[in-house]
Formats: sequence, C-alpha cells, structure tokens
Amino acid sequence: MSGIYLHIPFCKQACHYCDFHFSTRLKHLEPVLGAMHQELRDRSGEVQGEVATIYFGGGTPSLLKADQIGAFISAIRKQYTVKDNAEITLEANPDDLDESRIQAWKQVGINRLSLGIQSFEEEELRWMNRAHNQQQAHSALALMAQHFDNYSIDLIYGIPGSSPEQWEATLNTALGYNPPHISAYALTVEENTALEHMIQTGKSPDVSDTRAEDDFKILMQRLDEARYQHYEISNFARDGYYSKNNSSYWLGKPYLGIGPSAHSYDGRTRRWNVRNNIKYTRALDQGESYFETETLTDRDRYNEAVMTGLRTQWGVSYHRIREEIGPKYENYLKMQAESYIRKGWLFEDEERLFTARAAKFLADGIASDLFMLNLE
Amino acid sequence: MKHIRNFCIIAHIDHGKSTLADRLLDHTGSVTDREKQDQLLDNMDLERERGITIKSHAIQMEYVYEGETYVLNLIDTPGHVDFSYEVSRSIAACEGALLVVDAAQSIQAQTISNLYLALENDLEIIPVLNKVDLPSANPEEVTDDIVDLLGCKPEEVIPASAKTGLGIADILKAIIERVPAPEGDPSAPLQALVFDSVYNPFRGVETYFRVMNGEIKKGQNIKFVATGKKYDADEIGTLKLKQQPKQKISTGDVGYLITGIKDAREVKVGDTITDAANPTTQAIAGFEDVKPMVFAGIYPVDTEDFEELRSSMEKLQLNDASLVFAPESSAALGFGFRCGFLGMLHMEIIQERLEREFDMTVITTVPNVSYLAYTTKEPETPLIVNNPSDLPEPSTLSHVEEPYIKATIITKADFVGNVMSLCIDKRGQITGQTYLTQDRVELTFDMPLAEIVFDFYDRLKTVSKGYASFDYSPIGMRTSKLVRVDILLNAQPVDALSALVHFDNAYDIGKKMCEKLKELIPRQQFDIPIQAAIGAKIISRETIKALRKDVTAKCYGGDISRKRKLLEKQKKGKKRMRQIGNVEIPQQAFMAVLKLND
Ligand SMILES: Nc1nc2c(ncn2[C@@H]2O[C@H](COP(=O)(O)OP(=O)(O)OP(=O)(O)O)[C@@H](O)[C@H]2O)c(=O)[nH]1
Ligand code: SF4
Ligand SMILES: [Mg+2]
Repeated sequence: MSGIYLHIPFCKQACHYCDFHFSTRLKHLEPVLGAMHQELRDRSGEVQGEVATIYFGGGTPSLLKADQIGAFISAIRKQYTVKDNAEITLEANPDDLDESRIQAWKQVGINRLSLGIQSFEEEELRWMNRAHNQQQAHSALALMAQHFDNYSIDLIYGIPGSSPEQWEATLNTALGYNPPHISAYALTVEENTALEHMIQTGKSPDVSDTRAEDDFKILMQRLDEARYQHYEISNFARDGYYSKNNSSYWLGKPYLGIGPSAHSYDGRTRRWNVRNNIKYTRALDQGESYFETETLTDRDRYNEAVMTGLRTQWGVSYHRIREEIGPKYENYLKMQAESYIRKGWLFEDEERLFTARAAKFLADGIASDLFMLNLE
Repeated sequence: MKHIRNFCIIAHIDHGKSTLADRLLDHTGSVTDREKQDQLLDNMDLERERGITIKSHAIQMEYVYEGETYVLNLIDTPGHVDFSYEVSRSIAACEGALLVVDAAQSIQAQTISNLYLALENDLEIIPVLNKVDLPSANPEEVTDDIVDLLGCKPEEVIPASAKTGLGIADILKAIIERVPAPEGDPSAPLQALVFDSVYNPFRGVETYFRVMNGEIKKGQNIKFVATGKKYDADEIGTLKLKQQPKQKISTGDVGYLITGIKDAREVKVGDTITDAANPTTQAIAGFEDVKPMVFAGIYPVDTEDFEELRSSMEKLQLNDASLVFAPESSAALGFGFRCGFLGMLHMEIIQERLEREFDMTVITTVPNVSYLAYTTKEPETPLIVNNPSDLPEPSTLSHVEEPYIKATIITKADFVGNVMSLCIDKRGQITGQTYLTQDRVELTFDMPLAEIVFDFYDRLKTVSKGYASFDYSPIGMRTSKLVRVDILLNAQPVDALSALVHFDNAYDIGKKMCEKLKELIPRQQFDIPIQAAIGAKIISRETIKALRKDVTAKCYGGDISRKRKLLEKQKKGKKRMRQIGNVEIPQQAFMAVLKLND
C-alpha cells in the first residue's frame, strides 16, 4: 500500500514564515499541471499494490478549479489501482472556501479537507501575512464542518508578540467546532524567509522556545481533556481520524510525490524533484532529468526509524529495526537509550521505545543523540 | 668573493617582500615561466593560503651587470613579530638589506624594529618605496618619511612596484653597487652562521648557512658550536630554486647542508658551524636559545587520542624547533600537553598544522605567559608558573613576577587618544611619544606581556580603525598582583578554564568570562550554572537555561532526508564537543577569555 502526494506549487501571497516551495506567478499554473500529469503517467510503474491515500498539498491546492482536481483523481484512478475507500485529502485555505466549491470538490472525489486556519486572532493572521482574516477563518471552518465528516485544521503557536492566553483562545475556538483532527505547529524561523529577515532587522521579536513550550503544554493539556490522541508531535486526532497520508511518512511506508519539490520514498530510495516550476516543466517537456535520489544505507534507515518513531505514539519498533535493518542496530539503540530511560525521558515495553510525555518537545534532540554516525 | 652580494628583504607585514622577491627572480631569469607563481618562496601550504611568510626563505640568483656575473643571495624574511629572532639571524647573514616600505602605508612598527636590527648588524640599507602603482600611494610624502627615518637622500629611495615590475633593475643595480661584497678570511678555520633550517621528510633537516670565514666541503666532519654535536657534511650546495649540490662553499657565500639530522631541535638557528678537527675559536655573536613567550594546553578532543597527539606533536617539533611541549594533565580534559609558542600567531599556526597535517582535532586552552611565583616559605627560589594551576595557594604565596615588554605602536595622530586609553586599560605605562611626521606618532609603553595575549590585537585594530602597527620586545620580569580566576560549571571547577589575571581586573574578567561562556556553551537539557571564583569566593554567576524545545515543526512534504541530515549534523557537532561532567563544551569556549570584548 502506498500514497500519492501531489504538490501544487502556487499561492496567492507568501506567508512570512513559509519556506515551502511555491510561486505566486499563477500564469505558469497550466503548464505545471500538465507536467504533473506527465510525471504521473511516467511513474505509474513505480507503485506496487494499491494506492491508499491521495493528498493534494502545497502551496495552495484549493486555488485549483474542481475539474483540475478531478482530472488528477481520475488520471490516478486510470493509471494506478486505487483502494476502494482511499483517503483523498485536499489542503485548502479559508479564503478559497465557499458552498459551491465544497460541493464541487466532494463531487470530484475529495473526502477529506485540511484547512489552513493557523489562528483565529486577526492580529496574528495579519502578522503572518495570511491571505484570510478572522472572519473568514470562522466561516470557512463552519462551512467545512457542515459538509465534511473527515477533516483537519492547521494551527500555529509560539507566535512572537502574542500571549499564551491568545493561543488558548484560538484553541478553544477551534475545539468549539469539534474537529476530528488538529495539526498544530510551533512557529519556526526558516532560512531565507521574510520572518527571518524581520527578526534579523529587529522588525519582529524573535521566537522564544520557552513561549513555544508553554503553548505546547497548553495544547497537550487541552487536547487531552478533549479526548484527542496525541499520535505525532504535531498531530492530534479523534479515534479513527489519523491522517493516513502523514502517518505513512512517520511509519516508513512508501509514497510517490508528484510535482515540483515533491519527495518520494520506495522503502529504499528517497527522491526529490527540482524545486523550481520552470525547470520542472521544461525537464518533463523535454524528457530531461528533474530529480535527485539518495539510496539509504542501513545506518540511514536506522536513523530515520529512530527519528520518526520517537515522534509518534507508536514509538520505535525494536522488532522492525531487528528484522528490517539488523540486530546490531537494535543493540545499539538499546544501549544509547539507556540513560534516557533512566532519566524518564524515554520508556519502553517489550517491543517498542517511546518518548515520555514530558520529553516530547525534545524528541528530535533525543533522536539525534540516539543516531549512529558513520564513525561508529 | 667580490662578485657575491648577500642581502635580505625586510619590511612590515604585507608591505610586499615576497612579491618583490618574485620580481627579482623573474628579472634575473632565476625561474622559468613554468615555475612562476605568486609569492613563490612562500612554499608552505599555510603560507600560501594565508598569504604570509612564516619562515625565512633563501634563494641564489645570478645576474650579469656591466659585463660581470654576480651571485646574489636573497633572504626573504617573515614580517610578523613572533618570528623576529629568525629575522635577526637572517639579517646577520647579510651585508645589505632592502627595506621595503609600502607607499600607501608608510613606516610601520616592524619597519622600524627590523631597520634597527639591520643597523645593529651594520647592514647597508637600500630603501625601496613599494606599491607606487596603487592609487592610494603617496610617494612624495612616504619618501620624506623614509628620508627622515634613515637620514638618507631622497634620490636613494627607489620607487618600485613589485606588481608591475617598475624599479626592479634599479634595485638590482643598487644591490650590486651599494651592498658591500662579503669580507672574511678564506684560509681561516670554518665559521658559518646557521640562519635557518627546514625539515624535509625524506632527507632530514636541511640547514641553511652563510660562510663567514673558511670554507665548507662535502664530506667534511663538522661541528655545531652551541650544541657541541658533530656530523659529516653528507651534502652541501647552493640554494637555487632547486638545490644544487656542490663540492664546496666558500667564504662569503650562502648554502645548504644535509647531515642526516632527523630532529630540527639539533639545529639551532644562530648557531655556528665549524670544522670538527680545526674549530674556530669564535662562535658568531647573537645566538640565543629561543624562548617561548606564550603557553597553552593542547588536548585531544577525544581522550583516547592522547598517544596519537603525542606522536603528532613530536613530528611537528621535528620541523619546528621553536615549539616546546611537556605532558600535563587536567582534571577536566584528561591528558594533554602544555606547549610553549613564540607568540599568538605561532600558536595559531601550530594548531592549524595539527589539524591540517596530522588530522588531529584539539582543544587549546586559555594561553598564558610564564610567571615566577615566590612562596613565603622559600622567598628566594622562584617557581616557574606556565599553567594557572601551578600558582601556589594564596596563603603560601609571597608575590608573583610577570614578564614585561616594551611595546611600540605607530599610529595616526587622530588615534593617539584611543590607543593610549587601550594601553592604559591594559596596564601599560607610557614611556615615549614621538611624532615621526606631522600625522604619525610612535608611542612606546611598558606593558605586561600577558595583556597582549588577551584580546589586544583585535582591540588595537578597532580603536585605530586599522591604522596602528605594533611591535614588542621583552624587558624582563616585574612584580605583579596576580590572582587566579576559576570557572565552575554545574558547581564543578573546570581547571582548563582558569586564568591568571591582575587583581584589579579580576572581577570584570570573571563577569565577562561567565557571560561569554553563557553565549558559547549551547543550551542543554538541564540548567547549567556558570560561576567565576577567586579561591572560595564566587565573584560572578550566570545560568544557561535548559533547552526546552528541540523539535522542528513540520516535515516538509515527506522530506525525511533533510530532517535526518539536520539531526545527524547536530550529533556530529556534539561529537566535537568535550564532555565535562555532564556538560558538553565546544572547543571555542576554552579560548573564550581571549575575546571577552566581542
Ligand atoms: N598593488 C601592489 N600590490 C602589491 C605590491 N607588492 C605586493 N603587493 C600585494 O601586497 C600583498 C602582500 O604582499 P607580500 O609579498 O605577501 O608581502 P610580505 O611583505 O611578503 O608579507 P609577509 O611575509 O606576510 O610579511 C599581496 O597581496 C601582494 O599582491 C605592489 O607593488 N603593488
Ligand atoms: S499558503 Fe501555505 S504554502 Fe502558501 S505561503 Fe502560506 S503557508 Fe506557505
Ligand atoms: Mg612574505
């Protein structure tokens, strides 16, 4: 079973914090979509078995017309074997939502939405340079909740200049709609973003990790009370509403990434497409190469298993490491983990190693300490 | 003999000595086009990369002038003050010196100190006004400066450009006409001055010498006067771009000698070579055992690499005899070496060579100078303190003496105030202020050498906007009120971070050290208190707050690779750190005190 990820590399405007690949020059939209169809055709042989998830990410896929989305879905159905109740998600921005579009998306086969709300605070939305406002956040969410049973909302916390109270307010507002799935991300300052520049030039206060941690605690606390499962550092779901697409990343399952900058994984080799719309389109047009690949060594796979495992409620599976990578890796992991288990930051059962609740916000750092480098 | 000219090129750093040497080699046809490259004589990797001369380099040229063939022995010298002893020996091997002065920068501190060295050795000085091609050159004014300094005629100053080749023929002409031919007695017993030595991994140590009297023959049994050791001259020759073996080298000439010596320490720059059977009665004056000025601990990052570090240091010493070291141990860092260096540049070079040539990643501790401590029990016997931890307990300590230097700084009149307050801040006492020209001032201070080690060069550069040059020479020991400031991390003293400082500055330095360490030690998964203490008394404290977030938010469209690589890098970074107790300390932290004002 695998997933197909389609990267729609266009946005109306650039959010200050964003370092995803997108362009605001919509005139290239048609050629890029054409090239993506080409890529889909070219790579149909790479997928073994059924396609369990299709995910339109970006960028802003909700910019697309419903028939453009539909065209992808039917192309995939034609060229690949799609599982009956496959999860088909569309990432959408609140300013793109209205009754008729929602209906149209449903009609072409979308059965899950992921809504980029980020915040319900007007100031914060403006500070982040989001395309929507507070009022649109509310109306979009209400509309979505009305039409979709399976959906998710994205939220951002740790915003400089805002308070934990504001974060709690945003959370409470969100919970008022009783969403089945919430993704909440700590605002991070990425290289070469407007946000980085604003901080460097003193136009914005810097992000603070104590603030982020406070917000993270509020998040865990509130969502625990509201009976969500904290199944991945940034992802919370009601029973049965885990994002199948995202989970496949964490669980080391294969996925096919289509479009500029999209990543693919076949269980052994990772590949990433060029991060440039024009280069991507031209290469596909002329049959030139447009991606790089990296075949994972056992050590790479071990490191990835630890890194992804420690972020999820399923932990790192000793069994998988032993069977799929090798017993020496299992031993190494157990040795490295010992001091963290003693400190109470990690815990284990017979089969798995988990991050303790109190140490979740350090999960990546701990994973790094458990890594194996080539010298060892 | 009357067709030999021995001369060196001396100047302040970067005034163009090595480039001028290139032009002289071109002009005399000493190098083929294929062999040409910039600063050809700077043949060490490190020299080429940094664009500085670290060692003296000698080369022989032939030049036909007015129908007669002359042999010109050129010695290019390093400009940096750390190597001034080597420069002095190169000077002693010559009859003349090209004093190169940058036409844009005029006379600087090392121009003067090297000039005095040359004058002490009665060298004929040929002033060369270099870089006249520069748009910023100021030839008239700088010529006046030179005339004032030397008391020569303006016509004697040769305008030149080592870049364009202007003036090179004039320089060669002046060398032949103005530099005296060597004198000496060809029939006297051999007496030759060692002015440099180079380590060659295949052939052992190559000794560069100048024959003052007598002659040296291939196969001759010779003796080094200072070390008393005897060898056979397996090979001798002259120093063309490639060495040219010869049967003998006669009075007045310059050459190289190979005896199979494998350890650079056996060849001392400044020593006298003589005949073993029929020795000269006179050693050449001016020989000194070079003494290290600055000491620091060098430790392997990984404790297990101690033996490997030892063997690397030994190999390094084979070709750099001025490096001295002795094993020591530190509670914090384990086993390592206390090393003595000629100065801060030399220390940097050694550290870099260890990394580059021996692949050794090392931790260098806070450098210090060599103190003498007197205890109340034995007030007559000084204890040498090369390491802060050797300082006796305050209760048993009578007093401490520290090395002083005479510091010479040349700067623009505008910056005199800034430079003075810096030097006074550095415990300097002004001893002289001379206007070299209307705009350029020479300031002299008596100053503790230790203050040069602590963040002096950078600050001098800052307060003078780069318009200050600096030189120094030791002037002996003086009594001083010193204390040891200790640093505690997580309540554990870290001996490798201790520093000896003057009592008056101790509080300020302690505070800045804590602040600096707070900045340099990455946050870890727990709070780390940092304290500075004198004895049992805590004088300053800071806390590195525990890391509270160590996850990145989103994994971009399944970009697991990028995230994995990021975390791999994070782990690698930690591997380069030294674990002390449960705190990981990066290498730079050990040198933190040097940069307290950044
Ligand atoms: N424009 C110009 N640049 C020059 C001239 N002579 C040297 N330079 C430049 O000045 C810099 C220093 O030259 P070097 O020959 O390395 O100086 P140096 O005196 O040997 O330096 P140290 O050995 O480090 O003391 C180099 O970048 C040269 O290219 C010149 O006549 N004109
Ligand atoms: S809409 Fe999404 S992809 Fe586009 S700039 Fe904003 S955060 Fe980035
Ligand atoms: Mg040079």
